Amino acid sequence: MSSTSKVSINTGVFKPVVFRGGGFAPRPRRWVGLIVFVSLILLLEVLTRTGIITSLTMPIPSDVFWTFIELWQSGMLFKHLVPSVSRLVVGAVIGCSVGICVGIVIGLFSLARAGLVPLVAAIFPIPKIALLPLFVIWFGIDETSKYALIAFGTFTPTVVATYGAVDNVDRTLIRMGQSYSMSWLSIVRKIVLPGAMPGILSGLRISLAIAIILLVAAEMLGAEYGIGAYILQAGSLYDLERLFVGVAILSVMGVLVSGLIGLLERNLLKWRV
Amino acid sequence: MDLKLDNIGHSYGDLEILRNINLDIPEGKIVCIVGPSGCGKSTLLRMIGGLEQPQQGQVLQVGDAPEGCLNPLTYVFQDFALLPWRTVEGNVKLVLEDHKLDAKQTEAIISDVLARTKLSDFRKALPKQLSGGMKQRVALARALAVKPAVMLMDEPLSALDSQTRELLMGDLVSLWERAPFTAVYVTHNLNEAVRLGHSIVVLSRRPGSIREIVEIDIPLAARNLGDVELERKQAQLWQLMRDEAMAADQELLSV
Repeated sequence: MSSTSKVSINTGVFKPVVFRGGGFAPRPRRWVGLIVFVSLILLLEVLTRTGIITSLTMPIPSDVFWTFIELWQSGMLFKHLVPSVSRLVVGAVIGCSVGICVGIVIGLFSLARAGLVPLVAAIFPIPKIALLPLFVIWFGIDETSKYALIAFGTFTPTVVATYGAVDNVDRTLIRMGQSYSMSWLSIVRKIVLPGAMPGILSGLRISLAIAIILLVAAEMLGAEYGIGAYILQAGSLYDLERLFVGVAILSVMGVLVSGLIGLLERNLLKWRV
Repeated sequence: MDLKLDNIGHSYGDLEILRNINLDIPEGKIVCIVGPSGCGKSTLLRMIGGLEQPQQGQVLQVGDAPEGCLNPLTYVFQDFALLPWRTVEGNVKLVLEDHKLDAKQTEAIISDVLARTKLSDFRKALPKQLSGGMKQRVALARALAVKPAVMLMDEPLSALDSQTRELLMGDLVSLWERAPFTAVYVTHNLNEAVRLGHSIVVLSRRPGSIREIVEIDIPLAARNLGDVELERKQAQLWQLMRDEAMAADQELLSV
């Protein structure tokens, strides 16, 4: 050892301070999600092909894919997809927009809050699927009952998210509006609504996922076409490939809806820190 | 327009906050209100501007607000209260939108107040891009835009660091020099009070009542950092407040 190390022994050893900060800050990692997806599917492919998993318990992913292509080429894909998407859109639009309106009313008026919050709490935990027969009696066997089921299912989570979001609007901003003698309507439109927007959008994320779940339930109400009907048929025939095609389509719908909300958030909430 | 506080008293439940406050706020002067924490100075300010109702007494407006005044009693808040989704320009515009002004008038007011607060280059910036001092300047521009008769400032510099505070005090003084405004300025910072106040109202601890009113005759522009006379006034204020502040501190622990 050189003389310098001797000196450092005499005066104390020089050691770098150990870094112990960092972490706890999620950063975007673009391709990781896709890689997880692809490697899981590849793993399944290998396991099913080699027979470690029997074809009775799990279909071979590539077979599922070819079934999908078949479905597409036969033209049946859109025959199932179009009615499903339209049911989803109509039902969710009705449920979410009524839900947002009711949520805002609850957030703004104490009387509405006192009257409606217990009602919403009572409706929320009812599995809407249990009400299927009731919906058939009320709205008939056609499209209306399907819209109603999806609308009803998205309504309650939207209400809860919306009035929570209105409650969370910074009161100092509202006092500011009042101190400038802004009209009640201006305060609601320019301060309360934009302030509640982040909460409303994250509520929509949940509501729309529920809408997709209920779509399948709605299509159990004797629908000839639709992703739900397709899954139901495949299930009753124990056709696992087709069952998985249907399930995968629902997943993709979920991812697309979530992406759509993400896009909305990036555009509407640019101001967020 | 002057303001007159007539025998104001208030309590929250059993807790008496304010007692027998009589005070005149003359036009064109800055009245500072100082007092130990929890003495009800912010509550008093909210009452002056009509955001809260006193249980006893009343706040009186003496004379009419000047011509062209859009919002006679205008607040500047400690936490700025800017809408984060609106730009600097949009935040000023917000308070003009409810008044019947045409696009040209609105634009004229906005560019005038932004120029006066040195914000002309930041019209399109969002609040999240601005420093604390800049945010408070935006809030000040917004307050000036409605041509207030009285500005009600609730610890406007308390959320800022001391250098920014010094800069903004300079800005406030030069704004006042150019166009004297009436203001009630609540603060716990005695240095701010002696630099900006024409008169300084010292409140006692809870229930807050007026302990003493200290007048300072030195013109605002001549009050420089480290001025001996100001130091003396500040020491005098601290003498008045010291025991009250200490007692208030103890009291908070026992509540």
